[in-house]
Amino acid sequence: MRIVVCVKQIPDPATPGKLDSETNRLIRPAEQILDDTDRYGIEVGLNLAEQTDGTVCLLSMGPSGTMQGIRQALAMGADQAVMVDDPSLEDSDALTTARVLAAAARRQGFDLVVTGVESTDGYSGVVPQMIAEFLEVPALTFARRVEMDGADLRIERQTASGFDDVRSGTPAVLSVTAGAVEPRYPTFRGIMAAKNKPIETMTAADLGVAQTSGQRVVSVEPAPERQGGEVVEDDGTGHLRIVEFLESAKVI
Amino acid sequence: MSVWVFIEGTDSGPGESALEVLSKAASHGETVAIYLGEASEQVLAELGRYGASAVYVLTGGGGLPAAAVSITLAGLIEQESPEAVLFAQTYASRDVAGRLAARINRPVISNAVDVAFESGYRVTSELFGGTKLVETSFTAQGPALVLVRPKSFAAEPRGGTVGRVEEHRLPEAGHAGSAQVLGSKVEQSEGPQLSSAKVIISGGRGLGGAEAYSLIEEVAEPLGAATGATRAIVDAGWVPYSKQVGQTGKTVKPEVYIACGVSGAMQHLVGMKDSKRIVAINKDPEAPIFSVADLGIVGDVHNVLPKLAEVLREH
Ligand SMILES: Cc1cc2nc3c(=O)[nH]c(=O)nc-3n(C[C@H](O)[C@H](O)[C@H](O)COP(=O)(O)OP(=O)(O)OC[C@H]3O[C@@H](n4cnc5c(N)ncnc54)[C@H](O)[C@@H]3O)c2cc1C
Ligand SMILES: Nc1ncnc2c1ncn2[C@@H]1O[C@H](COP(=O)(O)O)[C@@H](O)[C@H]1O
Repeated sequence: MRIVVCVKQIPDPATPGKLDSETNRLIRPAEQILDDTDRYGIEVGLNLAEQTDGTVCLLSMGPSGTMQGIRQALAMGADQAVMVDDPSLEDSDALTTARVLAAAARRQGFDLVVTGVESTDGYSGVVPQMIAEFLEVPALTFARRVEMDGADLRIERQTASGFDDVRSGTPAVLSVTAGAVEPRYPTFRGIMAAKNKPIETMTAADLGVAQTSGQRVVSVEPAPERQGGEVVEDDGTGHLRIVEFLESAKVI
Repeated sequence: MSVWVFIEGTDSGPGESALEVLSKAASHGETVAIYLGEASEQVLAELGRYGASAVYVLTGGGGLPAAAVSITLAGLIEQESPEAVLFAQTYASRDVAGRLAARINRPVISNAVDVAFESGYRVTSELFGGTKLVETSFTAQGPALVLVRPKSFAAEPRGGTVGRVEEHRLPEAGHAGSAQVLGSKVEQSEGPQLSSAKVIISGGRGLGGAEAYSLIEEVAEPLGAATGATRAIVDAGWVPYSKQVGQTGKTVKPEVYIACGVSGAMQHLVGMKDSKRIVAINKDPEAPIFSVADLGIVGDVHNVLPKLAEVLREH
C-alpha cells in the first residue's frame, strides 16, 4: 500500500505561541519540532506498510526551517518526505491547508492518507475530513485501533459514547487518535539513515493551488484568566478542608 | 435568511450540546434544525421548544453518513442561502462540517465560544489552549460555517413549535460514502453524567495505576458526582474515552470540579476551567492546576482521597 502520512512541524509547545502584534500572525521560529500527536499517525502508517509490503511518504506543509521535525519523523522509519514550503501559503486556514495536502497526496499517488485527529498548535480538527472531500474518498476519522482485513481497513472509530466497528476499502483518509498505538522511538540507525532519505520540496504553484481566504481576524485578546485561590499543604486534614469547601459551595 | 443548526440525532434525540447551539441560533431569528436521524413527534416537539421554526430531516444514511450529508446540505445551501450553518463541535459534526466546507469552498471556524450576529457574522474562538480569544469575521459570500464548543451557551427552552417539516433522503455518495459500520458499542458509564452533574471528580496519571481509579469512584459515590479523566489515563487504557475532559474530550461546567493527580496541562484546562469552583489535589506545589484552583491541597491522592470518601459517606 502507498501510504502518505501528514505531519506538521510546530513551535515547541513548551515555549508559548507568540503572535506578531501588527499582523496577528503566529511567529514561527526556524527551529520547529515534530507535532507529538503526529507520531501516532506515523506509527500506524509504518505498521500498515510493514503488513502490506508498502511505502510511507511523509507530507508536510509549512516553513521547512531547519527540518528538525521532519528528520525526527524520517528517523522513525518513513521512506521519504514531501514538503510544501511557500511563503504565499503562510497563515493558511484549514481549508487551504487541506487543499494543498490533497493536491500533494494526489500528485504523490496514494492508497491511504493518514493524519492525526487534531494538531497541537492549530487544533481546528477538520483538515482530515476536508482532505477526504477534496480527494473524494471515505474519511475514517477518530480511529483508535487500525488493522487490515484482507485488502480492506478495519477500524474502531471513537464516538462520544463508545466506538463503531468500521470497514472500508481504499483509497481513504484515516485520522488516528493518540493512544491508537505506542509510537516507536527512532533508533540510532534510523537517525543516521534519515540523513540520506529523499526530501522533495515544492511550492503552491507546483501543485496548482493558491491560498484563498474567506475570513478575517478582527481582534486577538488574552482570555480572561482565572485567579488561583488558597493552596495548603496536606497535614493529614486536607480532606476536611475539601469537605468544608463543598459545604460552602452547597453541594453537600 | 435563516440560521441552520446541524444536529446528529442520538438514541435519546438531539444531544445537549446541539440544543445549546439551537437556543443561541433561535435568539437571533428564524432557525432551521437539520436533523440526521429518526425524527419522532417527541424529537420534533423538543426541537421546536428549543427554537427551531422548521426541521429538515435527513433520512436513509447508512455507513458513515458525512459524505452524503454534505452533498445534501450543499444542495440545500445553494437553493436557500442560509446566513450560517452552526454545528456543536462533536465528532460526528466535525466530519460533516469539514466535508461540507471543502465541498462548498467556505472556511469553517472551529473552537467557537461565541457568535455575534450583528453586522455580519463575528465568531469568537479559542486559540493556544484557550489562553487567547480570536474574533473572526467572514469576508466571502456564502454561509458562515461554525463549530461551537459544547457548554458555550445555555440550552434554554423557548416554548415554540415547529411550523414546517421537510424530509430529505440522503443520496448515494459513491466511493466517498462507501465505508460500512458493522456495529456500534456503547461504553458510556452509568450514573451521573459529565454534561449535567453538579460535581465532577477527575483523576489523572498521579493516581499511579488503573486500579487506583476506584479512589475517584469512592469519593464520587456519596457526592453523587460524575467521574472524569485526563487524556493521559484514557490513552493508557485505565478508563474509557467517554470520561475524558479537555480539548479532545468533553467540556464541562459543574458547580465544583475536583482534579486529583492532574497536572493541569493546557489541553485539560480548556475543558474545565469554566467550572464554577475548582479544587485540586496534587503532590507537586508547582503543578499548573493550582493556578486555576480555588482550593489547592498539596498532598498525596492516596492519603487524601480515602479519608475524604470516609467522611463523605458519614456526612
Ligand atoms: C492535541 C492534544 C490534545 C489533548 N487533549 C487533551 C484532553 O482533551 N484532555 C486532557 O486531559 N489532556 C489532553 N491532552 C494531553 C495533555 O497535554 C496532558 O498530557 C494530559 O492532560 C496530562 O494528564 P495528567 O495530568 O493525568 O498527567 P501528568 O501531566 O503526568 O500529571 C500527573 C500529575 O500528578 C501529580 N502526582 C503524581 N503522583 C501523585 C500523587 N501520589 N498524589 C497527587 N498527585 C500526584 C504530578 O505532580 C503531576 O502533576 C492533549 C494533548 C494534545 C497534544
Ligand atoms: N500544515 C500541515 N502539514 C501537514 N499535515 C497537517 C498540517 N495541518 C494539519 N495537518 C494534519 O491534519 C491533522 C489535523 O490538523 P488540524 O485540523 O489542524 O487540527 C494533523 O494531525 C495533521 O496530520
